[in-house]
Amino acid sequence: MSAIVLKNNQQVPVTSIPVSDYQDFMIFNTSLLKLEENHCVNYFGIPDNKNIKLFCCIANDINQTILVSSSIINQDTSYPSFSEKYLAFEKFEREIHENYGINYTNHPWLKPVRYSFTRKNKENNIANYPFFKIESEELHEVGVGPIHAGIIEPGHFRFLCNGEQILHLEIQLGYQHRGIENLFLQKKKLIERNTLAENIAGDSVIGHTTAFVNLWETLSNTEVSEEIMLNRIIALELERIAVHTGDLSGMCTDVAFQLGSAVFGRLRTPIINFFQQWCGNRLGKSLIRVGTTNFPLTSELRTTLISILDKFEPDFDEMCNNTFHTPTVMGRFEKTGILTNQVGKDIGVVGMAARMTNINRDIRSSHPYSYYTSLAHQPILKGHGDVHSRGQIRREEVKQSIHYIRTLLTKLTFEQKEKNVNPKLSPNSFAISLVEGWRGEICHCAITNENGELLLYKIKDPSFHNWLALTMSVRNNEISDFPIGNKSFDLSYCGHDL
Amino acid sequence: MIENIKILYHQGKQYIPNLRTVEAPGIFRGRPIIKLENVDNEALKDCCPTQAIAINPVQIDLGKCTFCGECAIAFPNKINFTKDYKIATNSLEGLIVKEGDDKPITLNADLIRSEIHRYFKGSLKLRQVSAGGDGSCELELGACSNVNFDMGRYGIEFVASPRHADGIVITGPITENMAKPLQTAYEAIPEPKIVILCGVDAISGGIFVGSPALNRNILKNLKVDLYVPGNPIHPLTFINGVLDLIGKK
Repeated sequence: MSAIVLKNNQQVPVTSIPVSDYQDFMIFNTSLLKLEENHCVNYFGIPDNKNIKLFCCIANDINQTILVSSSIINQDTSYPSFSEKYLAFEKFEREIHENYGINYTNHPWLKPVRYSFTRKNKENNIANYPFFKIESEELHEVGVGPIHAGIIEPGHFRFLCNGEQILHLEIQLGYQHRGIENLFLQKKKLIERNTLAENIAGDSVIGHTTAFVNLWETLSNTEVSEEIMLNRIIALELERIAVHTGDLSGMCTDVAFQLGSAVFGRLRTPIINFFQQWCGNRLGKSLIRVGTTNFPLTSELRTTLISILDKFEPDFDEMCNNTFHTPTVMGRFEKTGILTNQVGKDIGVVGMAARMTNINRDIRSSHPYSYYTSLAHQPILKGHGDVHSRGQIRREEVKQSIHYIRTLLTKLTFEQKEKNVNPKLSPNSFAISLVEGWRGEICHCAITNENGELLLYKIKDPSFHNWLALTMSVRNNEISDFPIGNKSFDLSYCGHDL
Repeated sequence: MIENIKILYHQGKQYIPNLRTVEAPGIFRGRPIIKLENVDNEALKDCCPTQAIAINPVQIDLGKCTFCGECAIAFPNKINFTKDYKIATNSLEGLIVKEGDDKPITLNADLIRSEIHRYFKGSLKLRQVSAGGDGSCELELGACSNVNFDMGRYGIEFVASPRHADGIVITGPITENMAKPLQTAYEAIPEPKIVILCGVDAISGGIFVGSPALNRNILKNLKVDLYVPGNPIHPLTFINGVLDLIGKK
C-alpha cells in the first residue's frame, strides 16, 4: 500500500503515512489522476533533517476518501516532475521549488509562485519576474497592475495581444504575501491563530476559519455539539449568499448594467448586516471559535434571519430574471471567457469554477461533514464554461443556500453557550480538513511534533488552482472582455499569496 | 423598460438619510468603555490576540484592536464595547482608550493642516492601495460608495489614477512585496495630499505584527492625516472620519 486512506477531518500518526521511493510516489499519485473522480487537494514539502519530505493528498470524490502518501527527497538531486503528466500539479511543484530549491528536470516552467520570504533563492524578487515573451513586430504587450483601477487587491497581469485579441495572459502574484503559514507556527496562543485564520481572505472569513477550527478540533480530540456545527454551516451558506450576490453586482458593473449593479449591491447589505447583528462584524470575523461559539444563533436571531431571507428572495429573483433577460448583458456574458471541460480537468479546477464547466466537484457532496451528510447536497452544474455559466451558477447556488438555511434553521433549538477546548494537540500527527467555501474547496493541513506543537500549517485556497483557469479562459477574447472574465471568477489574491 | 421601473419601485428608498447620526444595527462593537473595576489584569491582557490591551492603567489601543470582543466576553464587568462608530482620529494617542474614559473620540483640530479644509471640503478624490490587505477593508471601502451609504453625496469618491487623487487610502499590513508599488503610487499623487490608514492591519500591523514578510518603513516618512480603526473598518467609521477631517458638518 502506497498511501493511507483518510476521511475529511481525520487525524493519523505521521508514521502511519507510507513513505515511498520518489519514483513509486510519482507513479502512484499520477496514476491516481487518470481517474476523473480523483484530484489533488494538496501537495507540499516540509524540511526533514537535511532532506525534504513531500506529502501528497489526493481526494477521491466517490469513496469520500483522501489518499495521503509521502516521499523523502534530497535537495541536491533533480527529479522528474508530476506536472509533465498532469498539469494539476504545476503550481504545487513550483511552490516546492520556490521554497526548497528542488529542481525538476521536465517541469513546464519553474517560475516563482509568491516570492515568499522563506524562498530559497533570495536573488529572485518580485520586480524581476521572468514573463513569457514572444518576439514579433505585430504583437504588443499590455501590463496591468500590481495596483488596479478599482478598490481591489494587487496582482500583475501581462497580456500578449494581437490587435485587440489576447493571445496569452500571464498572471504574476505574491504582492499580498504576509507569511501567514509561518505566523501560525510563530504565534502560540489559540486566539492568535484563530484570528490569523479569520484574516487569510476577507471574503472567505467563515470558510477559512471553519477549516481551521475543524482541523484544530480534530487534532486536539475536541468534541463540539451538533448545534455549533450547525451554526458554522449556516454561517458558511450565508457567506456564499452574500459574496455571490455581491459578485453578480460586480459582473453587472463590468458590463455597464447600472440597475443590476445597484440592486445586487444593495441586496448584499441585509445579509452582511445580519452577520453584524449576529456577531458584531459584517464579514463574520469573531464568529467561529475553536470548541465554542461566542455568539449562538438565538431564537430572535433566527426569526430575524428568516424574515431577511423572505424579503431578500423575491427581490433577488426579480433582479436575476431581469438581468439574465437583458440583451446587452447577455451579449457580453454569453460565449465570453470560456473554460472548456477538458482544460478545466487538466488544470484541476475546483469549486464554482469547476461546476460551471460540468466538473462535479463540491466538498459538500464529495467529502461532507456534520449536517452536510444529511443534506444530500446535489451540486449545481453548468455546461458552457463561459461568463454566463458563472453568473447562472451564482444565481442558483444562492437559491440553494437559502433553501438549506431554511431547512437547517428548523433543526436548531440550542441557545446555551458551551466551551470545550482541549489545548493539547496530539503529538506526531497529521490531519486534513476540507471545506467548500463559496469559491471552492479550502484545504488546511497540519503536522505536529513530538510535543504536540505545530510543525507545519499548510493552507490552500481554491484560487491556488483556479488562477490558471482564468488565464486559459481569456485566450482569443477581446482584451476589453478581460474585466468581466476576471470578475466572473473573482479569485483571491491574499488567499493565494498567504 | 416597465420591468426596470417596477424593480426601482420595489426597491424603494435604500439610502441612509443621515450618515452622521444613524444607529448601527445589531451588536456593533465600536468605542469601548473600560470601567474602574479590579479584575485579573494579566488574564485580561492575555485574552487579546493582538496585544491591544495594556495594564496600569488598563487601556485599549484601537490601532491594535481587532474588535473581536474576546475581552468584553471574558470580563463583561470591566470592558464594554459601545455602538459608537465614530472612532477615527488623526493621532496615535487619540486611539488609546483608558479606563474610566467615556468621551467621544474626535480629531485633534491642531493637527489638521489648514489647506485640507480649504481644498477638499467640497470634493475629495481618493486612491486606494491594498498592501497585503485581506480584502475585507477593501470590501467595506467599496461599500462606502454603494446605494446604502452613498458617500458620493459629499463629493468623496475613489478614483482609478493616483494622478487624479487628492489622497491615498492604505489598507493591509504593508508587505515587503508591495512596499515599492505603494511608494510609487504615493509619489504619483500631486501635492497637497492626504494619507489615510484604514483598518488595524494598516495602522499597527494587526495580527501580522512580527512577520518577516512585512516592510512598514514607508510609514516612517509619511504624515498620516487619519487613522480609521476596525477589522475591517465599518463604512460609517470611514465616512464620518473623512467628513471630520475635511471639516464638513
